[in-house]
Amino acid sequence: MIIDACGLSCPQPVILAMNAMKTGELPLQILVDNNTALENVKRLAESKGYKIDIEQTDEKFQLTLSR
Amino acid sequence: MSVKPFSRFLASRKGIILIGAVIGILAALLQKFGNPPNMGICVACFERDIAGALGLHREAVVQYIRPEIIGFILGSMAAAFMFKDFKARTGSAPFVRFVLGIFAMTGALVFLGCPWRTLLRLAGGDMNAVSGLAGLTLGIAVGDQFLKYGYNLGRSYPTHYSAGFIMPAAAAGLLLLLVFEARFSPEGPIFFSSKGPGSLHAPLMISLGAGLIIGFIAQRTRFCTMGSIRDVLLVGDIHLMSGIIALTASAFFVNMILGQVKFGFSGQPIAHSNHLWNALGMMLAGLAFVLAGGCPGRQLVLSGEGDGDAAVFVCGMTVGAAFSHNFSLAGKPDKIADGIMQVGGPSVWGMGAVLIGLCVCLMIGFTMREKY
Repeated sequence: MIIDACGLSCPQPVILAMNAMKTGELPLQILVDNNTALENVKRLAESKGYKIDIEQTDEKFQLTLSR
Repeated sequence: MSVKPFSRFLASRKGIILIGAVIGILAALLQKFGNPPNMGICVACFERDIAGALGLHREAVVQYIRPEIIGFILGSMAAAFMFKDFKARTGSAPFVRFVLGIFAMTGALVFLGCPWRTLLRLAGGDMNAVSGLAGLTLGIAVGDQFLKYGYNLGRSYPTHYSAGFIMPAAAAGLLLLLVFEARFSPEGPIFFSSKGPGSLHAPLMISLGAGLIIGFIAQRTRFCTMGSIRDVLLVGDIHLMSGIIALTASAFFVNMILGQVKFGFSGQPIAHSNHLWNALGMMLAGLAFVLAGGCPGRQLVLSGEGDGDAAVFVCGMTVGAAFSHNFSLAGKPDKIADGIMQVGGPSVWGMGAVLIGLCVCLMIGFTMREKY
């Protein structure tokens, strides 16, 4: 599942990530375009025990969550 | 030298505790150096003072160009540049944000303080702040429900690089007006209070320096008082909350050392004990902050790193401050007349404005949802 959270201010990326986590679909890819969203989504994923891979492309970050 | 380890530290739990402690300590010290009592830093009050200095309202006791506000914006800009975080962006419902700014300020000035001052009032022993904090929490809890059910003002988009500099340039312009004490006519503006809270201020360089330090660290840590309560209620995340606990504790500690603590409800400086309207005022402010995505301090910091939508919110707050005093909406502090304490609070106009504000915010929350 891919979530595009670019341009959204917090807590929207976190809420979208939380809703996506509830579906249980993996791997979960979340696209954000600022450090605040990156850190907040990363913190949420860590607290839920996900394995996180982060890729930076241009001005965007792609977080891939898996178990 | 790489800035990454420093950046990582500031983004950590220790970093957020550090910024909370820095704000608390500097606020208590600024009060010692001359800022108003229990108001070492108050973003709402200080923006109100700037509105007064510019003549947008004519309440003679609250007019001064507060260097702390300038420092927050410029400090944030400096950090954003240093860490390659400066991004000019805008386009997420700017007029809605402007209206939210107006009502956020209306509510905050009925209570007499922003969330930072709420904590600083507590740290000075002002127990009236408890009802304000309760109202703030309630407003944020209501806002959280809207967030859960899809409230969203939409995406912002990258814009011209130069657009991100407008707010920092405006801050620099304010600094010039302050330094040169510009007078545009014999009676002013620029207005500077000769009595009352507006006349009480720390020396310019100390205020500006404190503002720059706070703006710089707040940009890196994303410190936000509204966000701290919102995150606990919404996702059980205590990251930001640890910062506001550090702020309150450190301010209390320094206040104790400096003899600036006076526990109680009555006789508290620039405060009133009208608890219902303390709570309702801050409930309105809290709700507006959630809908706009940040407390007043956070919005200033965002406006310094290129966020045009946050800049619009700041402008809304400034206009809201002008309305609050021009239309007698702001709360009046308690006062003692003929040996009898008179409880202050908002006028009937202020009460009406809070209720209208709550209705408008609820309407915004209910109607502005977005599906992806």
